[in-house]
Order: sequence, then structure tokens, then C-alpha cells
Amino acid sequence: MTAASNSMIAIGNLVKKFGPFTAVDGVSFSVAKGEVLGFLGPNGAGKSTTMKMVTGYLAPTEGSISVCGHKMDEETLAAQRLIGYLPEGAPAYTDMTPLEFLRFIANVRGLKGADAKAAIDRAVARTEIGGVLEQAIDTLSKGFRRRVGLAQAILHDPAVLIMDEPTDGLDPNQKYAVRKLIAEMAPEKAIIISTHILEEVDAICTRALIIDRGQIVADGTPAQLMARSRYHNAVSLIMPAAQSGGVAEILGALPGVAAVEAQPRGEDAAFTVFQPQGAEGDTRLIDEIANLAKEKGWTLRTLYREPGRLDEVFRRLTRPDTETDASGEAA
Amino acid sequence: MREMWAIFKRELQGYFATPLAYVFIIIFLFCTGAFAFYLGGYFEREQADLKTFFDFHPWLYLFLIPAVAMRLWAEERRVGTIELLLSLPVPLWAAVLGKFLAAWVFVGIALALTFPMWLTVSYLGNPDHGVILASYIGSFLMAGGYLAIGSCLSAITRNQVIAFVVSVVVCFLFTVSGLPIVIDFFAVWAPQAVITTIASFSFLTHFDAITRGVIDLRDMLYFASLMGVWLVATAVIVDMKKAG
Repeated sequence: MTAASNSMIAIGNLVKKFGPFTAVDGVSFSVAKGEVLGFLGPNGAGKSTTMKMVTGYLAPTEGSISVCGHKMDEETLAAQRLIGYLPEGAPAYTDMTPLEFLRFIANVRGLKGADAKAAIDRAVARTEIGGVLEQAIDTLSKGFRRRVGLAQAILHDPAVLIMDEPTDGLDPNQKYAVRKLIAEMAPEKAIIISTHILEEVDAICTRALIIDRGQIVADGTPAQLMARSRYHNAVSLIMPAAQSGGVAEILGALPGVAAVEAQPRGEDAAFTVFQPQGAEGDTRLIDEIANLAKEKGWTLRTLYREPGRLDEVFRRLTRPDTETDASGEAA
Repeated sequence: MREMWAIFKRELQGYFATPLAYVFIIIFLFCTGAFAFYLGGYFEREQADLKTFFDFHPWLYLFLIPAVAMRLWAEERRVGTIELLLSLPVPLWAAVLGKFLAAWVFVGIALALTFPMWLTVSYLGNPDHGVILASYIGSFLMAGGYLAIGSCLSAITRNQVIAFVVSVVVCFLFTVSGLPIVIDFFAVWAPQAVITTIASFSFLTHFDAITRGVIDLRDMLYFASLMGVWLVATAVIVDMKKAG
């Protein structure tokens, strides 16, 4: 992979072996300023291990890591100064209060006096932990702990932000707040997040990597990844089950239709009409179906062109042997 | 340097944020007193000195110091904060030394709180204050030696119990290497030079020398180099764990 000239993180052929087990197997990528890179992959795929190497916590078996031009193995401290890191599970010194903890981090990072105070105030405001500053961290809820971890990571306004499952265990409101925070910071930073939540990729990532068994199996914008879905450009419609007799045959007979799938849905019936590959941006099918519905007097509850389904792409790429299972699944 | 002090401060604060510090200090004070008065026969000796008090320090440290040292690295590894610590821009030596110094100062505080012993003996008689001061310094140095060993063994594992048990065993060997229990094992076959060397590793030998009131440069050097070696070993182990 070619590293763009403005890339802030450049990773080349990263390999990590734990004894006989290869956790990361030749991963290369780069992240530019303004990019939010999402790491996707099943548990144990090597996402966390990769992040641990990028932040200098683990030493790679092979490969190179460079952060804003500083090589991690040669200029470790210079590289680490530029990174804010939220490790998996947001570990913190639980006997401290968030304020003491943030002061410690500020101190270690060389922020003093007024600068430290300003940095702490800003991080506290951004992560909204002002109400619990004086409470011991081990008495805090999971959501607050995560946000204390986030505050720690963004304290020195780092150029590079690396977060391992930043929204794991948060309630929907907190997830929304964290995503908003990431989006706000994104233009000025290079950000890597890992997540299990596919909707998150669409919501905040400008680019996503799918990792499986230590290797990158897909790399692209969320839209590009969704374009790899078999649902990409398919037309889905839902109508009352009472009207759905023979509909599948009628839809299947339309020009340019590759296949039709039907799924019962309570009182309704859902149909997905697939187009052949390469029907990019072709809106004729959906128009045709809309006209057909008018003609036949179908009551359409929904009718839309699918952008593609990330979960299906994810399953297909990370568990290639179960490709056929996915086809029978309802959305 | 700044990073080291930050870590030192945090660690020392950490001791007092939990009951650990208070429990340790109370048990330490109780044991030093009880041992000196009952086992050592402090009054029966009718001597105005603290010999019976200091004589038990190596044996007390043998169990109490590994209890302080066991959490140094094992705890960070178990909770996961080690990932935070090692991804911060902190030189490894600063982390190792900051943690060690905090533990050492903590033990120093406990040791300093035994000052009523000194007051008592001063009230009862006319002790040699130079000897007592030297003994305190020797005891503090010896505590540093035990701590450095404990720090290294704590870095090996995430399990504090293992760290504790292994530290006690290693500390025990270092304590008694000048006594027959170890020397006899080598005496039969090893040349005299080897036996002398092994005996010279003993905490007891060096500590006894200091408690007699003689602060010999060699004894100081012994404890200093002991701490140095074990702390370097700590850093090496932490670094090796990074390589996985």
C-alpha cells in the first residue's frame, strides 16, 4: 500500500507472533490527517494487537511503524508524545479520582501549571465528566470510566488518536456523545478506532479495514465496502402478505432482474429484487417496480434501493465458509 | 526525570489511597515492637541499645517487603494499566525507578515511625546514637534490597500471589546465604573462594556489619549494587514482555 505524503500514521508489513501463533500477519496501512479509520474484525482477529503495536506497548516481530515521521522503534518517546491512546476496557488507576488521574497524565506528559489546568478543563468538558471529578474511579459506572479513559487520551490534544472499542458498554446516549466527540475532533487528527458495531463504521469512519486472522481482507470507505455486498443496488419492498401471491414471479420476470427473494414478515411480506453485477447507479429497476405497483394496485409499505449491508460483507469476508448461510437471512 | 517523579508521586499516593498502607504500617510497628520486646528479650538484656530491635528486621522484611513489592508490576498487568503506562512517553528506567522509589520511601516511612523505640531507649539509658542511626540506615538499605528483588519478580507475573511466594523464597536465599543452611550445602565440594563469595551475598552479613555501627563503604556498595542489578533486571523483564 502506498503511504500518502500527508499520512500521519504509516504502518508497513506489520507482523506479531506470540510463540507459534501469528496474531498479526503482514498488515500495512496509512492514516492521513482528517481520516477516521475503523478497524473491523471478529474477536481475536488482531485489531487490539495492531493497536498495541502502533502505540508502542508491544514490539512488533516484523514491520515498521511511523507516527508523523517518527519511527516507533527508534524514536519511541517522540512518537508516543503524539499519540493519545484509549486501551481496550479503558484501564485506569482505580484508587484515584478522575481529577488526580488526569493530573498524573498531564504531569507525565509534561504539562505544567496553567497549561495542565487548561488541558484538563478542556478534556473534562469534552467528555462531560465534570460531575464525577472527585469520586474514586472504581466507584464510577462503566460509561463514566470509559469517558475518563477518553479524557486521558485526548488530554494533550494529540495529533494521533487511537481508541480500542471506545463505545463498548455505553448506553445509546453515551455512544452518540462519543461519536459526536470523535467527529468534532476528526478534521484536525488522524484517528483509528476499533469496533464491533457496524453501524458505527457508517456513522463516523471515513475508511474501514476489515481484519481477519491477522490479515487485512478489505480496505475502503464504508460506501465501497457496502458496494461489495450482494444487497448493493438490490431493491427491497414490503407489502401486505394478503396481496403478495404471485408477486415474486412478476418481479422475477422484469427485465434486468437476477433473482428475487421473499421473506414473510408477520402480516407483511418482504421481497428483495437483485440486479446483476455492475448495475451501479441504475435507478430504472426501482422506478419500474414503483410503476408496476401502481398498475397492480399493490399497497407498498416501503420501497427502497439498498446501499448494501455491511454485516453481510463482514460475515462473508471474515467467515468465508458460511457464505451460503447468509443468503437465507432476513434483514 | 519529570516522568519519574510523576510516577513516584502517583505510586506513593496509591499506597495511602487504600487500606494497604495503614495495615502494613500497623503490622510493621506491632511486629517490630513485639519481636524486640518478647522474642529478643529487650528488657532482660538490660542494655540501652536497639540490637534486639534491629536483629529481627531481616526476618520481618522477608515477609513484609514482598507483600509491598508484589503489586508493583503484577497489579498493573492484571488491571491493564500497564498498557497505559507503557504507551505514555515515559522512558522505561523512569517507570522502574519511580515505582521502586515510591515503595522504598513508603517502607522508609514505616521504618521512621518506629522512632518511639529510639525515644524509649534514650529515656531508659544512654545508648550510642551513632550505632542506632547506622542501624536505621542499614535497615533502610536492606529494605531497598528486598524491594528490588520483589520488583523484579513482580514484573514476571500478573499473579500477585506467585510474585509474593517467589519473592519470599529468593529473599530468603539472599538473607541466609551466609548461614550454615546454605554454606553447608556448598562446603563439601566447592572451593573456599566460591563459599566466601556466596556468603558475601548474605543480607545478614552486611546488615550485621552495619548494625555494629560501622558504615563500611563495601556494605553500602553491596546494597547499592544489589538494588542496581535487580532493577536493571526488572527493566529487562518489562521490556522482554513488550516483545511478547
